Amino acid sequence: MRNTTQICTFVASVLLATSSIANADVIKIGVNQPLTGPFAASGNYIVEGAELAAKEINENGGVLGEQIELVIEDNKSNPTEAAAVAEKLIVSDKVPVMMGAWGSSLTLAAMPKLMQYEVPMLVETSSSSKITRQGNPYVFRISPPSWVEAQLFKTYLPQLNIKKVDFLAINNDWGIGTINDFSEALGKEGIEVGLKEMMDQGAQDLSAQLSKIKASDSDTIIVTTAVEQLTLLLKQAASLGITKQIVTTGGSQNPDQLIDQAGSAANGTSHMVFFAPWKPEMTAHPDQAEAFIKAWEDAGYAKAGLTESYRGYDGIKVIAAAIEKAGKADPAAIKDAMWEVEVPALNGMVSFTKDGPEGRESGQYMTNGTLIKIVDGKIEIPKS
Amino acid sequence: MDQLLQHLVNTIIMGGTYALLGIGLTLIFGIMRIVNFTHGELYAFGAYMMYFFATILGMNFFVSIAFAIAAGMLLGAIIEFLLLRPKRGADIDTTMLIMIGAWIVMQNTEHLAWGGIAKSITSPLPEAPLVIGPVSVSWLRVMVLVIALALIAASYMVINRTKLGKAMRATFQDSDTAALMGININSIYTMTFGFGSALAAAAGALLGPVFVVTPTMGDLASLKAFAIVILGGLGNITGAAIGGFILAFAEEIGAGYISSGYRDAMGFVIIIIVLLFRPTGLFAKAERVG
Repeated sequence: MRNTTQICTFVASVLLATSSIANADVIKIGVNQPLTGPFAASGNYIVEGAELAAKEINENGGVLGEQIELVIEDNKSNPTEAAAVAEKLIVSDKVPVMMGAWGSSLTLAAMPKLMQYEVPMLVETSSSSKITRQGNPYVFRISPPSWVEAQLFKTYLPQLNIKKVDFLAINNDWGIGTINDFSEALGKEGIEVGLKEMMDQGAQDLSAQLSKIKASDSDTIIVTTAVEQLTLLLKQAASLGITKQIVTTGGSQNPDQLIDQAGSAANGTSHMVFFAPWKPEMTAHPDQAEAFIKAWEDAGYAKAGLTESYRGYDGIKVIAAAIEKAGKADPAAIKDAMWEVEVPALNGMVSFTKDGPEGRESGQYMTNGTLIKIVDGKIEIPKS
Repeated sequence: MDQLLQHLVNTIIMGGTYALLGIGLTLIFGIMRIVNFTHGELYAFGAYMMYFFATILGMNFFVSIAFAIAAGMLLGAIIEFLLLRPKRGADIDTTMLIMIGAWIVMQNTEHLAWGGIAKSITSPLPEAPLVIGPVSVSWLRVMVLVIALALIAASYMVINRTKLGKAMRATFQDSDTAALMGININSIYTMTFGFGSALAAAAGALLGPVFVVTPTMGDLASLKAFAIVILGGLGNITGAAIGGFILAFAEEIGAGYISSGYRDAMGFVIIIIVLLFRPTGLFAKAERVG
C-alpha cells in the first residue's frame, strides 16, 4: 500500500516536471491582476486587453521566434495576495518578466518581491508617486502617477473654472497620493482646497461623506476611485441633490459603464482618461487604435472596458518589445532593454525616463491624457 | 444644522437595514448560540436572488423582494438541516468551524456563479430624489426604510405574540423540557435558522438595488451584524434593533464630523467601549453566570 502511494507520487512528479519542459519553447509573461474583489471589473478588462495583445503578437510570429504565453493570476484586490502572486509567478512559473498589479497598494505590496528575485515588472495601472520613487530599479510604469496626471489636468483648468475644490478619494495609496499631488498643483494655480474626504475601498454607502461635501462652499468635487464605487457615488450624490461640478481622475472610470449604470446621475461629470476610444482618429496611433477596438468588439467584450483594457494591451506590447530587444527571455537582460525601447502604443510612443533616487531609478513613461465630459448620456471630447 | 439633519436622515435609513441584519443574527447567534459566519453570505445571497428575479427574469420589483426573502429562508433551512442538525449538542468550536467552512464555500460559489464584476439592479422608483427643505433622499431608500421597519415589526410580533414564537423561546431556554411538552424541537431549530437567514436575505434584497451586488459584499455586513448583536446584548431582539440604529448613527456622525477615513471603524470603537463598561451589551437583562 505504501509502495503504491510512493509510485503514484513519483509518477505524478515526473509528469509535472515534463509538463514544464514541454512548455519550455514558449516565453512566459506573468500577469498579476485583481480578477475578483472590489477591483474585479478593472482587472478583468486589463487581462482581456493583454490577451488581445498576446494573440496579435503570436499571430505575427511571436517574440524571438517563440510564442508568448500569459500566466494570469488573481490577486483578489488584496495587497497580501498581490505579493503572494508575484512570488508564485517568479518562483513556481519562472516568468522572466511580469505585468501588474492594477492598484497602487497592490503594486507596492508586490514590489519587494521584484527586488528579492531581481525580476522586472511593468506597472500598467497605479498612480501613487511612491512606486517609482522608492529606488526599485525593477519597476517600469506606463500609467501616469498622480503628479503627471495633475500636470495634465492643469491644461483643462480654464474650461473647468474651479474656485474652490473638495476631494473625495479611495482610502489607499492611490487616493491619498492623488489628493496630495492635486491639492499641491491646484494650490499653485490659486485654487482654494477645501475638504479632503476618504472612503474605504469596499464601502458602498457614501452618503455621510457626500452630505458633508454637500454642506461645504466649494464648487467642484474631484473624485478618485474605480468604476464600481464611482457608480454608487454618482447615484448617491444625485439623490442627495448635490449640484457641484464632479471631475474624476485615475483612468479607471469606464465612462460608458457609468452612463449605463448610473444613468442620468452621470450627466455633467468630467473624467480624465488615457485612451479615448470614442474618437480613435484623435489618438496617438489611429490605425492601431482602430484595429484594437475592432479586435475588442470581435471578441465580444464590453465596450465600457476599452478605456481600461488599453493599458493591458500597451503593457504586453511594451514587454514584448523589451524581450525582443534583450534578445533572450532573461530577467536582467529584459530589465536593461526596458530603458531602450520605444514602442508605438495606444496611449502614445512609450519610452521610459528615470524617476527616483540616483543609481536605482525606476522607469516612468510620461503618459498622455484627455478630459472627457458626459453630456446627455453621450461622451464629449473637448478640443485641446 | 442642514448637514446634521441630512446625517440624521441617513442614519435612520441605514439603521433600518442594520437592524434587520442584527435581529436575524441575534436569533441565531444569541438564542441558538451558533456563531453564524454565513450571515453575511445570506445577505449577499438575498441580493443576488433579487438580481436574478428582478433583473434577469424581469419580475415585478416587490414580488422579487418577497421571492428573494423566501429563497434566503430556504437556504438557511438547508444549512441548518444539512450542516448543523448532525452536530447538535456539539461544542461551540465545532459548529464555528463548520460555519467558517460554509462561509468560504458560499462566497466562492457566488464568485463562480455570477463572476467578480459588480451587478446593478434597476428599480422602478423615480430617480429624482425626495426633497424636504434642506434634506434630500432617494425614493428607493425611503422604500427600503419602510419595508425594513415593517419586517422588524413583523419579526417582533412572530417572536413575542405567536405560538411559534413561544415554542422557539421555550426550545432555546430548555430543549429537553420543550420536547417533553410536545414541541417538535427539530423543526423549531430549522425554522429559527431559516427565519434569521430570511432577515439577512431581506437586508440584501433591499440594499442590492441601492448599492451594487458583489460576491464579497457579505464580509462587511457580517462584521457589522456581529457588532450590532454584541452591542444590543445576545438574543435581545429590541436590543438588536436599537443597536442597528446606534451603529448607523456612530458611522454617520463619525464620518461627518470626525474622519471619513475611519467610518467603518467608528462602530467598533463604540463596541469596545460598551464591552469595557457593560460586557453583556447595552440592553441585556442581568444574567446569572455559572
